[in-house]
Amino acid sequence: MSARNSDNQYGWVAIVLHWLMAPAIIGLFALGWWMRQLSYYDPWYRQGPELHKSVGILLLGLLLFRLLWKLINPSPAAEPKTPRWQSLAARMAHGAIYLLLLAIMCSGYLISTADGRAIEVFGWFSLAATIQGIPNQEDIAGQVHEVLAWCLMALVVLHALAALKHHFIDRDATLRKILGLGAKPVSDKPLSQPQESLTTTK
Amino acid sequence: MKQLAIFLFAALVGATAQAAEYKIDTKGAHAFIQFRIKHLGYSWLYGRFDDFDGSFFYDDKAPEKSTVNVNIDVTSLNSNHAERDKHLRGSDFLDVAKFPTATFKSTAFESLGEGKAKLSGELTLRGVTKPITIDVTEIGGGKDPWGGYRQGFTGTTEFALKDFGIDYNLGPASQKVEMILDIEGVKI
Repeated sequence: MSARNSDNQYGWVAIVLHWLMAPAIIGLFALGWWMRQLSYYDPWYRQGPELHKSVGILLLGLLLFRLLWKLINPSPAAEPKTPRWQSLAARMAHGAIYLLLLAIMCSGYLISTADGRAIEVFGWFSLAATIQGIPNQEDIAGQVHEVLAWCLMALVVLHALAALKHHFIDRDATLRKILGLGAKPVSDKPLSQPQESLTTTK
Repeated sequence: MKQLAIFLFAALVGATAQAAEYKIDTKGAHAFIQFRIKHLGYSWLYGRFDDFDGSFFYDDKAPEKSTVNVNIDVTSLNSNHAERDKHLRGSDFLDVAKFPTATFKSTAFESLGEGKAKLSGELTLRGVTKPITIDVTEIGGGKDPWGGYRQGFTGTTEFALKDFGIDYNLGPASQKVEMILDIEGVKI
């Protein structure tokens, strides 16, 4: 498999980025939701936020690389039978996910750096504060962070449902492409395809 | 000689404070509402409320007539750590979105002599109104160098977080919070 995308297939870089970030994003949402309910004496009271911030910053790096990669690579075309409005909606949803991710990461950064403190990333490096001193910055950024995170999760659910709809109802190769299983459409045969399908049809 | 005369005059006027209404000098930040609470029982954590206003009436001839009113913008809590401040403003603690203001209204002032007094009043915090008593010490009063007249006090009190509906568990050593109040009023 090529590293770069082609007009009808994702390269392995895009696929790895997608599947590295997807569980991290959902995991960060779950961690963020859970860690706020911890009692003061819980060992995770400190570890939870530290992990959340560290992974979040690394995710920001991945996102920036991903957007750059998207910019310098072709995007595989939608499956031929996809209605125009659907591929347009998909493109808008993808764009919204990227924008939300960026906004959530920025707002999270603005919470923790509101007082000028840097964000430590696994004790490996730290990201310095920049914008600070906006009145009640941490509260405003916190509200933005929370509301946008829920919006993102709604889009994630939509995104996943759309992928499953393509796979099981439209029986096209949309989901297979991001799994690196090639562009061969799902036939009427049983759904699990053997490894042969790694060779692609063009 | 002239300067001495001015000094003596000023000292004389300063010594004869009348009954008067004072505005708490938050504009010049000569007033502080601070709190401290034990962290794990190992040290004191300090914080303060940056925005508040208020006034008091004071008559050194009849101190029992003293009254104080203070309004505190609870959202201005500052403990020098943004993440902690956010938590303290949240629903686990002060819930400032629902209860943005705290107030203190005095109900009685009992002079104990030698500049000491007990100030009783009602504190409204997080929507709960409870009587509290503040141990007050008069620091001083008199003319300031810019044509005004000032009077200042310090006070301390403590109360349980639970009394005001805060039941987040910070540990057995951190059930109570102390308030350290310093006000300087400028005569209106």
